[in-house]
Amino acid sequence: MKKPISKIPFNGTPEQEAKLKAAIERSNGNKSELIYIMQQAQDIYGYLPYEVQVMIAEGMDVPLEKVYGVATFYSQFALSPKGKNAISVCLGTACYVKGSKAVMDKFSSELGIEPGQCTADGEFSLESCRCVGACGLAPVCVVNDDVYGKVTPEKVVEIIAKYKSK
Amino acid sequence: MTNVQQPVSLEDTPFYKKQLRLALRNCGIINPEKIDEYIAMDGYMALGKVLTEMTPQTVVDTILASGLRGRGGGGFPTGRKWQFALNNVSDKKYVCCNADEGDPGAFMDRSVLEGDPHAVIEAMAIAGYAIGADEGYIYVRAEYPTAIKRLEIAIGQAREYGLLGKNIFGTDFNFDITLRFGAGAFVCGEETSLLTSIEGNRGEPRPRPPFPAVKGLFGKPTIINNVETYANVCQIILKGAEWFSSIGTEKSKGTKVFALGGKIKNTGLVEVPMGTTLREIIEEIGGGIPNGKKFKAAQTGGPSGGCIPAEFIDTPIDYDNLIAIGSMMGSGGLIVMDEDNCMVDIAKFFLDFTVDESCGKCTPCRIGTRRLYEILEKITSGNGTLEDLDRMENLCNYIKANSLCGLGQTAPNPVLSTYKRFRDEYIAHVVDKKCPAAVCKSLLCYEITADKCKGCTACSRVCPVGAISGTVKNPHSIDKTKCIKCGACMERCKFGAIVKK
Ligand SMILES: Cc1cc2nc3c(=O)[nH]c(=O)nc-3n(C[C@H](O)[C@H](O)[C@H](O)COP(=O)(O)O)c2cc1C
Ligand code: FES
Repeated sequence: MKKPISKIPFNGTPEQEAKLKAAIERSNGNKSELIYIMQQAQDIYGYLPYEVQVMIAEGMDVPLEKVYGVATFYSQFALSPKGKNAISVCLGTACYVKGSKAVMDKFSSELGIEPGQCTADGEFSLESCRCVGACGLAPVCVVNDDVYGKVTPEKVVEIIAKYKSK
Repeated sequence: MTNVQQPVSLEDTPFYKKQLRLALRNCGIINPEKIDEYIAMDGYMALGKVLTEMTPQTVVDTILASGLRGRGGGGFPTGRKWQFALNNVSDKKYVCCNADEGDPGAFMDRSVLEGDPHAVIEAMAIAGYAIGADEGYIYVRAEYPTAIKRLEIAIGQAREYGLLGKNIFGTDFNFDITLRFGAGAFVCGEETSLLTSIEGNRGEPRPRPPFPAVKGLFGKPTIINNVETYANVCQIILKGAEWFSSIGTEKSKGTKVFALGGKIKNTGLVEVPMGTTLREIIEEIGGGIPNGKKFKAAQTGGPSGGCIPAEFIDTPIDYDNLIAIGSMMGSGGLIVMDEDNCMVDIAKFFLDFTVDESCGKCTPCRIGTRRLYEILEKITSGNGTLEDLDRMENLCNYIKANSLCGLGQTAPNPVLSTYKRFRDEYIAHVVDKKCPAAVCKSLLCYEITADKCKGCTACSRVCPVGAISGTVKNPHSIDKTKCIKCGACMERCKFGAIVKK
């Protein structure tokens, strides 16, 4: 999977760095915890820019290319920041069969971005996911941490409106 | 007239009547965040019994005799797996639980983890005793935050009660469990990839042999079982192998949980004895297909499985029967499709998934699935030929035979099974350039039925490309060369005058 790499300059804070260092400390030099450390780093920074990958590589004493290799292997890791509101449309089988492709297309055309992209104002990012385990409500989409079930292309407009900054 | 309905017990509703809840027995019944409630349901009695009354070999024998087979997909006899690991002498062994649940559209394992986490923890400790391991790992996908939270709570409580840790039940048996979170890679559900991922690497598969039971996690003998497999273990220990093997069919014992979804009235988790027919699940438990549509196929086994057509709806479902009709049990996703689903499109959907999820380590899978996807794309866009169908079939067989791991080896199954059972649909796409289910956009056309059209002009106003012409109160028509097939007109028409073919 190809991942877009962010061109936005890195602006991490000392607090974030302290948090990451503490997490690395807790792993006690156990290299098998690399993925877990990267997950925590992504929680702290929202994504894994080059600078953060370097900190992890040095802190865990593993080669940078290993960190980069893991970051690009797993779809959870993002190399560019997400929008303020992260929209994720489920394209799992149950949702697909019930028409989630049309829901995705509608989000895409309403926001003017493709899946994997972020709107220019940084408000919304759009991506697909595979099954959030709410198949009974198919088709499903998730905005930030809110799950919406039985979504139709018509409802997409309402959902977007709900999150637009007032 | 009063219209009071007699209350019906939940067990007597059609949805529950045919079900037999073993793996899900505590789900929704106990509070999963309270270990005392689990203990009240005979929790940790099986572990106590194993540690104080049974030898590792008798535990393995019991599981073997019960006929329990892996619920994660392959259906390998669990007792045999444990026996291999027990036989391998080593200073260190591991017990792993596969809670990656990658099949998109399935959520059985999630429900067990969220509803009854201790059942998995207890079973892993039993497995640890049986094979001689003192450490366990649960690999759970990060997309399941609630499951992770409940597991963390459960492990903490078990430690507090001395049910994990050192000298459990006052014996010299030690066992503890670590959680590891998946990071969204389907291939990590495959057992060797899962191990590489726990070790902190890119989750690429390793060739087998050596099997994990010989050389697994950190190079040590390891067993890996699925969540639902573990969820059966404690009851087998307590109620006996005969009890368990009395349920099910000759070669598939016990129950299976299915995540019923798609075009079906009642969606949700259903747990039925092995050997229940598809018809019972779909018509009786599932309540049939909504909107009076016709059943077309049921998909089982996710991206590794296949589609079961209506002619096999009375087949008793077990591991071997499903394979015989060209699908597989998989982890238990069961997606129902009706006449509005195009089988070529479904095959393409699954291929899109595998292309995306192929880890790239071996060429047949990395490049083969991409080429296969392109052929399907060609067919669904109306440019396919009969030769393409032959090429497609050959390529499927090649990928199956030459891929490194189960992902590639099973990736062509959705194509092969739909091609075998719904060949006429493929032919229609290729020869007649038609999509019978009216799904594949390039092959559809929108038309206005003249005698239903009232000439209200609503459609021509909504058309984004001005493809519809006509005057007020006269039937309109669509210019097919301009039409972009967005469907806006059909949505707008109040008279049902616009059809897609
Ligand atoms: C591509 C692929 C994906 C898999 N995904 C899962 C999964 O999500 N969950 C699971 O339990 N087993 C999965 N399996 C099966 C595992 O490799 C393994 O057979 C299973 O975890 C063994 O446990 P069991 O014997 O209890 O079923 C997958 C296999 C393959 C080839
Ligand atoms: S397939 Fe969309 S929630 Fe499961």
